[in-house]
Amino acid sequence: MNRFAELLDRLAYEPRRNAKLRLMTAYFRETPDPERGFALAALTGALSFANAKPGVIRALIAERTDPVLFALSYDYVGDLSETVALMWPGPPPAGRPDPSPQREGSRGLASRGHNHPPAPTLTEVIEALTATLKPDLPHLIAGWLDGLDETGRWALLKLITGGLRVGVSARLAKTAVAELGGLDPDAIEEVWHGLEAPYEPLFAWVEGRGEKPEGASAVPFRPPMLAHALEEMDVAKLDPADFSAEWKWDGIRIQAVAGSRQGQREGRRQVRLYTRTGEDISGGFPDLIEAILLDPAFDGAIDGELLIMRDGLVQSFNVLQQRLNRKSVTPKLMAEYPAHIRAYDLLAQAGEDLRVLPFRGRRERLEAFVTGLATSRIDLSPLVPAASWEALTAARADPASAGGGADAAAIEGLMLKRHDSTYVPGRPKGPWFKWKRDPHTVDAVLMYAQRGHGKRSSLYSDFTFGVWRGPEGEEELVPVGKAYFGFTDEELSQLDRFVRQSTINRFGPVREVVHGRDSGLVLEVAFEGLQSSPRHKSGIAMRFPRISRIRWDKPPREADRIEFLEALLRGRN
Amino acid sequence: MAAERLILSRTMRPTDLLTLTPAGLYCPPGDFYIDPLRPVPRALITHGHSDHARPGHGAVLATTETLAIMAVRCGEGFCGTRQAAVLGEPMRLGDVTVTFYPAGHVLGSAQILIEAGGCRIVNSGDYKREPDPTCTPFEPIACDVFITEATFGLPVFRHPPARDEVARLLDSVALFPERSHLVGAYSLGKAQRLAALLRAAGHDAPLYIHGAMERLMALYETLGVPLGDIRKVPTGKEAARTSFAGSIILCPPSATQEIWSRRFADPVTAFASGWMRVRARARQRGVELPLVVSDHADWEDLCTTVCETGASEIWVTHGEADALVHWCTNRGLTAKPLHLIGYSDDEEAAAADGVAAAAESEAPAENKPS
Ligand SMILES: [Zn+2]
Ligand SMILES: [Zn+2]
Repeated sequence: MNRFAELLDRLAYEPRRNAKLRLMTAYFRETPDPERGFALAALTGALSFANAKPGVIRALIAERTDPVLFALSYDYVGDLSETVALMWPGPPPAGRPDPSPQREGSRGLASRGHNHPPAPTLTEVIEALTATLKPDLPHLIAGWLDGLDETGRWALLKLITGGLRVGVSARLAKTAVAELGGLDPDAIEEVWHGLEAPYEPLFAWVEGRGEKPEGASAVPFRPPMLAHALEEMDVAKLDPADFSAEWKWDGIRIQAVAGSRQGQREGRRQVRLYTRTGEDISGGFPDLIEAILLDPAFDGAIDGELLIMRDGLVQSFNVLQQRLNRKSVTPKLMAEYPAHIRAYDLLAQAGEDLRVLPFRGRRERLEAFVTGLATSRIDLSPLVPAASWEALTAARADPASAGGGADAAAIEGLMLKRHDSTYVPGRPKGPWFKWKRDPHTVDAVLMYAQRGHGKRSSLYSDFTFGVWRGPEGEEELVPVGKAYFGFTDEELSQLDRFVRQSTINRFGPVREVVHGRDSGLVLEVAFEGLQSSPRHKSGIAMRFPRISRIRWDKPPREADRIEFLEALLRGRN
Repeated sequence: MAAERLILSRTMRPTDLLTLTPAGLYCPPGDFYIDPLRPVPRALITHGHSDHARPGHGAVLATTETLAIMAVRCGEGFCGTRQAAVLGEPMRLGDVTVTFYPAGHVLGSAQILIEAGGCRIVNSGDYKREPDPTCTPFEPIACDVFITEATFGLPVFRHPPARDEVARLLDSVALFPERSHLVGAYSLGKAQRLAALLRAAGHDAPLYIHGAMERLMALYETLGVPLGDIRKVPTGKEAARTSFAGSIILCPPSATQEIWSRRFADPVTAFASGWMRVRARARQRGVELPLVVSDHADWEDLCTTVCETGASEIWVTHGEADALVHWCTNRGLTAKPLHLIGYSDDEEAAAADGVAAAAESEAPAENKPS
């Protein structure tokens, strides 16, 4: 566990991708099975422990520390696991006179010694957590914490609460494994689903000691192809005639895969739904899974957008959110929020890999494939006429005028794909472009700030802002949204300093800052859309707000009024 | 006269002996300030950090080393007249007796004991309890009122032994021999302590330093603290010829992010500070190798020291005062925060953020160091 904790610690501070890779590859090379396999599972997010909730950790630390000192420390550090790791009492200090405060602090590193439990291995931790019943959990965790140092405790707590954020994507961890044997990371991706921790066959194959664990899955995930944002200068260089255009739908990009393993009967079909990062979300969408399972014509892999459709209309992203991040769903939820796939691409069919075909060829196959399906839960994302940049510009500005129809509100922009583009995993520069619709902006006044999480936990980085409402002379600010990104690190430290210097009230982790007509800070907030929302005091909910500029120059009285947003809301509906 | 003194002594309360004024802590019967924040006629200075030792006072009383440090940092004419205090030797100032004792913070750092009418107040300035090869160790002084800092006054701050952190630095140098290690360290105290610890760990290679540290490094040597082969980072053509691969370079913390640092190819950026215990702090500064080395007492040592002085009343000057006050109160001690704005652990930030600190003084809820 200590070696793994050391790795996590180094990774968390290392900004260079290549250095992160070197650190992980070195770890995988030096660490034996099954320890490294569990580490890989942890790094790729393939582990979850239903039992270890933050509440357990809170209870453990509450038994050992003064509540006021804990609250002050937590407020300062901003992260529960880290606070507990740092505050956890070490063994009684050796050779120190008694006045030293044993409960709230004592030498951990200096005198960690003989009568102390040994540090657990990662394998022990994971196996025990999987097998242990809830009532035994606190005792187990406390014993481990006693045996570890500050870094070890931090890593353990991050691991068992599922908050292991060290700036490593599952992809990067798999790339590190691939580098053990000089393989392409996509080779790992394609065998990944169907394998389980501690991945001994995978390591054996990568190190040239075993067979490729192929066919482990009849429904593999295929790393998706992504687009670059279209820049103004691209427009001059590109010929629209080389491209197909289609709508970029405002849902989530998914891959739906169905198939059966060789030698298995037709009835043993499997279906999987993956996010674009390869996360298996099938469990949250039994309605879609069943529709595909019962449709024998679906034998292959579709790249598409997950949407909610009601009465033939695409619903907003906010509606879709009701179905996301759920491990299981009720029939009622499925009936109210029927899931749907709008297909962009066909990656494989009946065992044939279509990714080597040009887009045009794949599109023909896709059209035939979707037409042949019995289910109505999958339809085709229509192409948009791409005769000229003028036509594309008009389509992007007003999707309804270019065939977007009743679903125009769910269109985020345009995708441009070269007719001759093969399906290349990753984000190659050139073949695909995304061209988003212009966001809206509003000038709002900063009202409250809250500390962020993770990297930003000591900074005020979540900002609530408002616009003016009420008759002249009596206007007041009404909150209309909350943003926590859009600024540079430098701007963030300026904002943090402003918050600290302008605090007029504190409510737990939240600070109220000065916001009068003549004093306060104006933020230019960009957003994707508005929705009426009775839950909000302003009656308006903002979609995807982010701070586009800090208007140090603008007095708060010149910020926008609620009527501006109300007009925008009416105009769009 | 004697009768007058007697009356004075019988009625002497701690707050008669030391009161809080806009210029800082003032002793009326002795007519002097301790570590004043603005120019005053007579100042007693605990140590040479710029938030405690400011130029422009009339008369200054401090240890020989602190006077020398102030002369280097603020120029020879940093005050009107100066007088050297000898550690452990009582001196009469007006109606009070004053004695300087070692604080273990940086070279020359001292606690100041003020006695009058049977009341003893110790102002510790900044201090630490961990051994430091570059300065005299802290001594707990029995007193009625102990005035303490609380820079790291939260139970999350538990400084590991500094030699272990220096060993981590040397491990990293061994691991990345093709890269240089750029270590941010405060120019007074931390830089010299790191140099001495590196020497003690057997690292004999030249240590490179930023030009801003040159005079203080030399002063430490002059005052009898050997630091080995110290070289200023060369400039111009000579810089281009120098390979810093495998080298350790000490510089002020802010310099790690300045243009100055671009002359080093792909350095490992380290920072030696007690703040490095908290991850968000380290990441905020873009640190890749956080070294938890502090010249301030950690939580454990703050609490231990409070107990060892036997003081019944604790005044907390600056830092995370709330937690320490709470802890003292729980132990039946009288404790109060002084909310002294203008002291900071981070002397360079203190200078740069002078405006911010002033603004924070207007928000009473805010008393954290910037
Ligand atoms: Zn100091
Ligand atoms: Zn200080």
